[in-house]
Amino acid sequence: MSEKQSLNLTLKVWRQKSPKDKGQFETYSVSNISPDSSFLEMMDVLNEQLITEGKEPVAFDHDCREGICGMCSLYINGHAHGPDEDVTTCQLHMRKFKTGDTITIEPWRSAGFPVIKDLIVDRRAFDKIMAVGGFVSVNTGGVPDGNAIPISKAAADEAMDAASCIGCGACVASCKNGSAMLFVSAKVSQLALLPQGRIEAARRAKNMVAKMDELGFGNCTNTAACEAQCPKNVSIANIARLNREFLCAKLKD
Amino acid sequence: MANLFCSSIGKKLIMSISGLFLILFLLFHMSMNVVALISESGYNAICEFLGANWYALAATMVLAAGAVFHMVYAFVLFFNNRKARGSDAYAVTARPKHVEWASQNMLVLGITIGAFLILHLYHFWAKMQLVELQHMMGMHVSEEAMALATDGVHWIRHTFTSPINTILYVIALVAIWFHLTHGFWSALQTLGWNNLKWIKRWQTVSNVVATIICLGFAAVVVVYYIVSIM
Repeated sequence: MSEKQSLNLTLKVWRQKSPKDKGQFETYSVSNISPDSSFLEMMDVLNEQLITEGKEPVAFDHDCREGICGMCSLYINGHAHGPDEDVTTCQLHMRKFKTGDTITIEPWRSAGFPVIKDLIVDRRAFDKIMAVGGFVSVNTGGVPDGNAIPISKAAADEAMDAASCIGCGACVASCKNGSAMLFVSAKVSQLALLPQGRIEAARRAKNMVAKMDELGFGNCTNTAACEAQCPKNVSIANIARLNREFLCAKLKD
Repeated sequence: MANLFCSSIGKKLIMSISGLFLILFLLFHMSMNVVALISESGYNAICEFLGANWYALAATMVLAAGAVFHMVYAFVLFFNNRKARGSDAYAVTARPKHVEWASQNMLVLGITIGAFLILHLYHFWAKMQLVELQHMMGMHVSEEAMALATDGVHWIRHTFTSPINTILYVIALVAIWFHLTHGFWSALQTLGWNNLKWIKRWQTVSNVVATIICLGFAAVVVVYYIVSIM
């Protein structure tokens, strides 16, 4: 890599000591960033620099760094997971930026996801929603025959597409209403589309929506900003399915 | 079922059904207005038919209820959503590709339409059905006002000789167009009547319905204004 290709950037990073701290932006400069590095590797470079300077490193969530765990977040220049499409922050390459750019890095912002520290937010609300219905109950006993229940290719594909949701929360972060409908609809859909999931479908839709409302997430106004910012390209068609499942379940009560 | 309307989706169901009902009304209203371009006596016959009769009054009440529900729940949902968004705003925001401008500005568009509605009711309803109603209730109404109460064409001419009114109506129609392009397919999405294939189709139908409604209304406004200055 030639010196000419490397990036010199100004970073405006949200720093917040604790959930109750007011927080503010701090400006940092990083230089010699490889365009081939990932965004999180660039954050690592920044943190190395801060540690060397005797300063507190920036706290941010990350785990697998291959786009499947849903831990990384970051609102980069007004986009959840940055300006690239269908990728998580860990898959975002620095070649998407130009030398001299100022990059603003903020945490997910929504009442449902309070900031814990710097860029880390509390996303346990999603776990609470999953706990009330995001599963299929299975009796103990012998291993069932995998091919005993036929499932059409179309249904299996659609269920898999919904199941690609990694629960990162970009949908809530990018929604002007702080709505979790894309997440909940993906989780309801991945099971509602399969015969194994149909048994608890009505109860699942009602419980998960009730929990979502209770935790203070907003109402969907179908702007589709969630779909546009979702790193897994989960479709808002799932939201229509959730509405259908929920309304049918309520009407049957 | 009992607590359906307390849930987020239940509240949106009210927005959806009242919105679809108002779209049906707009289609009817637009079709009626276009008659004024074809036959002025025909248009006045419709006005007479829709005067202060029991069926027209009942329909007006249902329509008003639909509009009030739509407006009240718009604010209920708006304040819920404001709370859910949290008090900390992003320093940098960007509208992602494929996100319609109208979808993010439905409340502003709605308030614009609501303000226009007051002007529109003053221009027409207050001079027509309200006058008949006052007469029916035994209030003093001049003979001239009563004669004009079913003369819809007179009030169209009267309103659209003014360029200011013409411009205000066209601006309102643009706001209605934007509101409907998002509102129609969004209502169907909320009802759950959508899927991967139909999203694009419903969005196209939305644009077509919004365009037909607004062009129909605008044609009457513009034609009557042009005729007035010629």
